[in-house]
This record gives sequence, C-alpha cells and structure tokens, in this order.
Amino acid sequence: MKYIDEFRDGDIARKIGARLREEALPERQYSFMEFCGGHTHAISRYGIAELLPANVRMVHGPGCPVCVLPIGRIDLAIQLALERGAIVCTYGDTMRVPASDNLSLVRAKARGGDIRMVYSGADALEIARREPDREVVFFAIGFETTTPPTALTIRLAKDEGLKNFSVLCCHVLTPSAITHILESPEVRQFGTVPLDGFVGPAHVSIVIGSAPYEHFSQEYRKPVVIAGFEPLDVMQAVLMLVRQVNEGRAEVENEFTRAVSRDGNLHAQALVSEVFELRPSFEWRGLGEVPYSALKIRPAFAEFDAERRFGLGYRAVPDNKACECGAILRGVKKPTDCKIFGTVCTPENPVGSCMVSSEGACAAHYSYGRFRDIPVRVETACPVLP
Amino acid sequence: MKKDYIRPLDIKHGRIDMNHGAGGRASAQLIDELFKPAFANEWLAQGNDGAALPIPQGGKMVVATDAHVISPLFFPGGDIGSLSVHGTVNDVAMCGAKPLYLSASFILEEGFPLADLKRIVDSMAAAAREAGVPVVTGDTKVVEQGKGDGVFISTTGIGLVPMGVDVSGSNARPGDVILLSGTIGDHGVAVLSQRESLEFETTLQSDSAALHGLVAAMLDAAPGGVRVLRDPTRGGLATTLNEIAGQSKAGMLLDEAAIPVKPQVDAACELLGLDPLYVANEGKLVAICAPEAADAVLAAMRAHPRGAEAVRIGTVTEDPHRFVQMDTRFGGRRVVDWLSGEQLPRIC
Repeated sequence: MKYIDEFRDGDIARKIGARLREEALPERQYSFMEFCGGHTHAISRYGIAELLPANVRMVHGPGCPVCVLPIGRIDLAIQLALERGAIVCTYGDTMRVPASDNLSLVRAKARGGDIRMVYSGADALEIARREPDREVVFFAIGFETTTPPTALTIRLAKDEGLKNFSVLCCHVLTPSAITHILESPEVRQFGTVPLDGFVGPAHVSIVIGSAPYEHFSQEYRKPVVIAGFEPLDVMQAVLMLVRQVNEGRAEVENEFTRAVSRDGNLHAQALVSEVFELRPSFEWRGLGEVPYSALKIRPAFAEFDAERRFGLGYRAVPDNKACECGAILRGVKKPTDCKIFGTVCTPENPVGSCMVSSEGACAAHYSYGRFRDIPVRVETACPVLP
Repeated sequence: MKKDYIRPLDIKHGRIDMNHGAGGRASAQLIDELFKPAFANEWLAQGNDGAALPIPQGGKMVVATDAHVISPLFFPGGDIGSLSVHGTVNDVAMCGAKPLYLSASFILEEGFPLADLKRIVDSMAAAAREAGVPVVTGDTKVVEQGKGDGVFISTTGIGLVPMGVDVSGSNARPGDVILLSGTIGDHGVAVLSQRESLEFETTLQSDSAALHGLVAAMLDAAPGGVRVLRDPTRGGLATTLNEIAGQSKAGMLLDEAAIPVKPQVDAACELLGLDPLYVANEGKLVAICAPEAADAVLAAMRAHPRGAEAVRIGTVTEDPHRFVQMDTRFGGRRVVDWLSGEQLPRIC
C-alpha cells in the first residue's frame, strides 16, 4: 500500500537497527517510554523490540485511551443503558473493558442494554436523528485525537436543536499524564523507573502540535521525539533519542514532520476550547486522581452533557487487588510481573484494562510477544519459499 | 505464565454475548465446555468442520451443518442464499469428501418481503446447480417481527470420502507445508463495506464459492499427501491455523510476506483498524501437506480457477505450546494468536 509500505520496510529497519547498535554506548542502559498505545501496538506487532540493542529498553506508557478508563466511568455508561434505557454508542475498543459486577458493555448488551458500536460521534448523532423518541448517549473517550470530533458532534447537535442527544465525556489530556509520570516518586524520588526520554504521540501531536512538550525538555530535562505510528517511525525516533542522550541534549524533536507542526491544528484546538473546559480533577485507571487532566462540557452546552442531563454521580471503584495495571501504566512493572497475567487475566476474560485493547501493554504482549517468555524451538525442516 | 489456562465458562451467571459467535476463542470455549461434554461421542470428538462416519459398505461418509446469519443479506459477490450452499459444501469438502446432497431450513421473520426471499432462494438454487449438489429436503418456520433478522438459513450436507483419503485437522506433522489457495479477507471486507454506518465504496467482491472441485483436484494430484484441509471462514486465517495447531498438537511458522492480500483489503483494514489475518473468507482453503507432496498439490491448485493464486505460506513446527508464529515482513517475529471476541477497531 502506497505511503504505508514505505514505513514498514524491513531492510531499512535492519539498517536503523545496525546504526543503533553502533551508536548506543555499551556501558549504559537506555530506557525510553513510548507514551502512546499506538506505539506499543506497533512495537509488539512488528517485533521492534527484537531489532533494538539489548541495552535499549522500551517502557510502555499510559497512552491507551481504553486502559486509563476507570471502572467507575464504564459503570456510568452501563447504568445509562440498563437503568435509564438510553442507547449508548461507543467505540469498539470500549466494549470489553471490565466494569463492576463482572460486567462490561458487551455483557451489559447481552443483558438487554441497547449498546451500539460506532466509528465516530457523527454515527451516534445520526442514530439520535433517526430515533427521536429515544435518549442517545455517545460515550466519548480518548486523548486529544478523538476530542475535536466529539466537540464538533456536540456543536452540530446544538445547531440542529437535537433534544435526545448527549455525550458522556471522558476525554483526557496527554501533557498532564506525562507530567504526572515525571512527578511520580518512582521517577523523581526513588529512580526505580529510569526514564531517559519519551517517544512522543503521533496523532495527538497532529492536533496539539509539538510545542506542549517543550515544557518536559526544559523543566525535566527529558528528550522527546514525536514519532508516527509506523514501525520505521518508531525505530528512527529511538535512534534520535539515543543521540540526544549521548550528546547530553534534552530537546523536542519531530520525526513525524509529514503530519505534525509546532502549533498543531489551530482550528481543532479552537473548536475544543469552545465546547470543553478543564476538569479540576479526573480519575485515571492506574494513575489515580490527576489534577486538570481531563475535559468536561462547558455550561453553554449543558443540555448535551449526559452527566448533567441524567444527574449522574461518579463513584470510584477500586481495581481488582491482584491486577497490576496501575503499576504497568506507570511503567513501574512489566506485564509479566503481574501474577494473573496470562492465567486469570487473558484477552478473553480481561481483569484489568491493559488486557483489553490491543494497544494495552498486557494485551499487546499476550497477543504478539508471549512466545518470548517460553523458549520455543522452531525447526524449519522445509524452508518457506519466497 | 501458566500454560493453556482458560477461565472456565460461568454457567451460573454468564450469558451469551456477541463474542461467543465470533469464531474465536470464546466460540471454541463454548463448544468445548458446553456442547462437547453434553453430546460426547467419538465422531464429535474428531473436531473437524464435519463428522466422518463409517458406512456399512466400507469407506466413510461425511455430515456437516452450518447456520447462516449474515447482515446485510445481500453483499457484493453473493447473498445469504449462495453463501448457505457454499458454506456447507465447503465444510463437507474440507473433510476430504465429495459433497452429494444438501438440506436447508429457513427461519423467516414476519414481514420479510417475498421478493427478497425469492431472490435469495433463486440464488441458492443457482449455487446448488453450479456446485452439482442438489437441495433435497428442507423446512420453513416463521417467527414474529423483531425476533429474527429477516432470514436465517441452516444447511446440512452429506458426502462420501473417496477410498484412501484421510483428511483431518489432527493430521498435521512437524515439517509439513502450509498452502493457501488465494488472497485473504475479501469476503469480510466486502460485507463490511455494505454495513450501515460504515458504508464505503469498493470494487471488492466476496470470494464466496464452492471449493469441492479444487479439493478433488488436490487429492488426485498427490494421493495421501494432503493431510489437513480447512476453509478459513469466521475468525479468518489466524483462527483456522490456531485450531489446527491445537488439534495436531504442533506449532506453525508463517511468512507474512508470502500471504497474499488484495490492496483494497489491505487499505480497508488499515483504515478500520482490522487485521486481514482475522477477516472472514468464504472461498479460500488452507491445506497442510506432506513436504514431498507440496509441489504437486500446489501445482494442482494453481491449475484450478479457485486456486490460481495459491501459495506456500509456512511450515508446521514442533512446539509443545502450539503457537502459531509469523516472521513479519518488517523482520521481527510474533505470535499470531486466536481472535479474542469480535475483532474491534482501535481508537487511535
């Protein structure tokens, strides 16, 4: 496929891998966090970890929108479907996130909830137009990538005067999550999570630009390289990070110049600030309450805010005790450090949210990489022809 | 990590959800834990697309059954009628048998237009004629409006296994060669393109087709050389290979670059966040052959119109963990796992 295959070229990957082995200093360890689930997915799916030198380690970050969604938020959506009779529309990935009482949206659907998978808020809006006698709620999740479309959906609903449509807004912000990680005791105080830099988000940065990350390079002296989601993007970004570390630089560099500018998409940003405002605090799965880390709908659009419309009260629900998603999302633990990884917790029956989305650290490792945990002898008696 | 652990079905509180019908691990678990123990018998235990049964005259006959619940009912390259013939004919053929007769049962929803039903039945009849497998008996039931999705069709097929043919999902051995009859994902993407809220324009057609002619040519080309046949329908190629790996207690190593995917399928999957390895096919088959027979079988496939694009995609390996692994085009290696639930699009 044109414009895609070029960024999945194995020969170039091996060349970058060779360059990395030359340039990574053997006497030191490099530890970089890829913030985004999209990067986590690419690393696992293409087997990038195998192409990196042994002393370059990737730490999976919390940038998987499904993974950071706390149980209490899913409970609200289930409550809307099962108790309030609303049609709840949501992105596919959200369907299987575990909630209270051994439920998930897909299981709530099996109990009679009218829950529909949509590809965008516009689809939810269309359902509301078609079924004017039903309450239709769009369960909106995601980072800055999915926020502008939600804002547009709400503005359209207002312009059209729709009376049966609202949004359960769970949009969260990338920079506040990165700050939270950098401020965490494991990184700042104890140094148990060594972090030498970040692979910065791809699609999020198209919207917010590269400028918001300058704070991290200046204030925390951490290099950030914004990278696309293709495997070569990730490899190149890691090489750029290694060079920054070797040269003692801490800058924001942009590998993803084909899409990301310093200012980002100003039109989208204006739309978002027209419809949304900051929440003083928001619970993240794994990170807990993070100040000013999420968005809520402005009072001018109050009628489209499902929380206000249905008088919903948020109730925090603790994660399963055995689940290590929290520590994994902060980079403190690896999926295999979790006792229930691959036993009680599998993609089929996820206990923690990291096992749900293929962007989640646990699901990515389980689905693509778990064979590395068990040495497997592969005998190729008959070679595969090209 | 504990190996092969799956949390058992929660019979007391659990309910059927859409994952149980997606053809992945949840479907397999439902069959293994609920249906198999209840019906337990040696023929069911074969675990193939159909059951091979002894007949008094010697030799074996095959019975296979398949229910069809597709939405939309009409899609580019086919409809539920032709699909219900192809699906069952193929299930019989994948047991190495020559399909002989079909039965059909229809569950119709009150209010369903007769013109649509006629279109479906005519297409079904045409598919049966083309395949040379007549529909010899049937049944019709009607349910109230809202209790069915227009029309559901269940078909059952019987066939005879030629002498000397032994094809089963449990026959793969380390060193065997894995062959694929053509491009993957055509059917699933063609159907998706017509789904409400997802409609996109494509020139792509479903690959829905009867494969028994191709199978006969393959079996003739290398007597005893074809060990496993399976059509990768629901759950796609990845799920089918995992099923075979489980049945044969072996692993597999695939070469991603060798697996043919049409550019339209690739593009649609890229856009929708799907993986073609998990997208359904209705006119493709996977064959696992003895290494010495592989060339002859491959040549026979390529000589047949339904297998013109056939390729070698990998080998069977010795692996107690029964992993299906794949060398990626990118140069890494990864597991090609079972599909978990329905394939869901990613957000970012």
